[in-house]
Amino acid sequence: MSEKQRQFLTGAEVVVQACIDAGATQMYGYPITPGTEVLTGWINRVDKLEDKMYLQTEDEIAAGFAICGAVMGGKKAFTATAGPGTVLMQDAMSMADGMRLPFVAIIIQRGGPSSGTVIYSQQEVNLAIHGGNGEGMRIVYSPSNLEEMYELTRLTFNNAWKYRFPSVLLSDGFLMKTRQPVELNFEIENVEPTALVSSESQKNIRNIYSFEEELRLELENQEKDFNKMAEEVTRFESFKADDCDELIIAHGIVAGAVKEAMVELENQGKKVGLFRPVTLSPFPKDELNKLASKVKKFFIVESSMGQLRDLVKQNLDSKISIEIDGLYRPAVGIESEEIIKAINKQ
Amino acid sequence: MAKEAKFCPGCGHPIVLRFLHMILREKELESKAVLGLDIGCSLLAWDFLPINTFQTHHGRVTSTMLGYKRAQPDSLSFAYTGDGGAYAIGMQSLMWAAIRNEPITVIVVNNSNYAMTGGQTAPTSYKGQITDTNPSGVEGEPVFGPELVRQVNKKAYIARTAVNDPKQVKEYLEKAIEAQQAGNFAIVEFLSYCPLNWKTVGIETNNYLNDNLKTLFPVGEF
Repeated sequence: MSEKQRQFLTGAEVVVQACIDAGATQMYGYPITPGTEVLTGWINRVDKLEDKMYLQTEDEIAAGFAICGAVMGGKKAFTATAGPGTVLMQDAMSMADGMRLPFVAIIIQRGGPSSGTVIYSQQEVNLAIHGGNGEGMRIVYSPSNLEEMYELTRLTFNNAWKYRFPSVLLSDGFLMKTRQPVELNFEIENVEPTALVSSESQKNIRNIYSFEEELRLELENQEKDFNKMAEEVTRFESFKADDCDELIIAHGIVAGAVKEAMVELENQGKKVGLFRPVTLSPFPKDELNKLASKVKKFFIVESSMGQLRDLVKQNLDSKISIEIDGLYRPAVGIESEEIIKAINKQ
Repeated sequence: MAKEAKFCPGCGHPIVLRFLHMILREKELESKAVLGLDIGCSLLAWDFLPINTFQTHHGRVTSTMLGYKRAQPDSLSFAYTGDGGAYAIGMQSLMWAAIRNEPITVIVVNNSNYAMTGGQTAPTSYKGQITDTNPSGVEGEPVFGPELVRQVNKKAYIARTAVNDPKQVKEYLEKAIEAQQAGNFAIVEFLSYCPLNWKTVGIETNNYLNDNLKTLFPVGEF
């Protein structure tokens, strides 16, 4: 699309459009709420097309490994999953971690543990970032509105193929089911896929090592590549953050409620700001620490028991001592009134 | 040429792998072939042949290779696995690849035990077999993989042979490749040697294969 087009779309429709515009050609998936609409949405769009395909597999494990095979064959392949499906997907994602495969997953969080609830949570942050065994490194984006979801889905594909790390677009069922007017107009050039093995190559690729030292060297390189990539990929939003007493930290859809709350809090005479990591991994560490030295207090708001808080703590410079409070509401949506109340109660 | 084998002396894997390579070379299909490897002794084949290979996860080679085949329909996609990877942890994926008639070739090396981890009970262990995990003898009956796959796919090429019948090894592998070229799923199971875990030496290994495996698992095409 070269011109801005105003459309009335759901989050799932936006994601599907972004996958198509990103040049994805294959989707492998298993129905699970609230991710199903991306699967069915993709199928509805590509069913009659010869250059795009889908496969409803027998489970998320098969979907994940078929993606591993497809990306090794040079196709932009992806899945959409949620909750217990995100757990099963870790088997294949861990292989993608180890072999640096451009694996793309749209993870649409639902409540847990177990089957939990079917629409919403922010409880799959840890799984998205650290779900594999070992310390595989992944790119994880958390969009807070539909237009951003479009752009970040495009970037998820691009960066997966450019840097060869598994990449996740992490959202939730509320945002997926939201229908609103959107203008999708992002001039993003697609990174072209290349096959890892082909009839022109003769490669032997492994994910298991005979000696501890071999693996250590591989991991050292991965870490170096990831840190270098972080300089180019890390992204955040900081809103009135430079001149506030209290910095609210939130990600995804929750950040929208925080902005609403800030209007009222400012009317009450409070100086509040928002810091929103757009990439939960790599985490915008430098900006977080810069702000930590300016503000009096961090206030975390999230729909989990503290997965974002833990990320913040991990990334804080050990020399910085700052009070951290928060509103932790696992697996339920958070409205601006609750945030205002929580801030005022302190 | 093939590199030095990393398999134990007397192992049956190199027999299957060398025949596979011989056929690919004869038919000038080396560049089209991609060999996906399950985890277990299969993983040792990762740099054994001068063709494209990659390791996958335990039980997941079938799903990986069907994805590869869907990405590269002109390739020859092989899923190379042991009996545990095929019929225990990977059974669901194997059956569904067969149900959908995915045009890939699954090669199963059946030595009636989990060899890489030291001889535990496998889905192909036979009644009375003493293993690390059944020290008093296996109680149940083994899984007959090829026969099971036939129940869900009428078009597939399905066969079983043993590594001490080289003529049949070559013939069945050739037919399994032709099946993939014709757009069909194929699975060939190879009854194979495992002297280390069978605790056999020399001719005893061949006798073990004949007496315990070939009498139990019918060879032929199904």
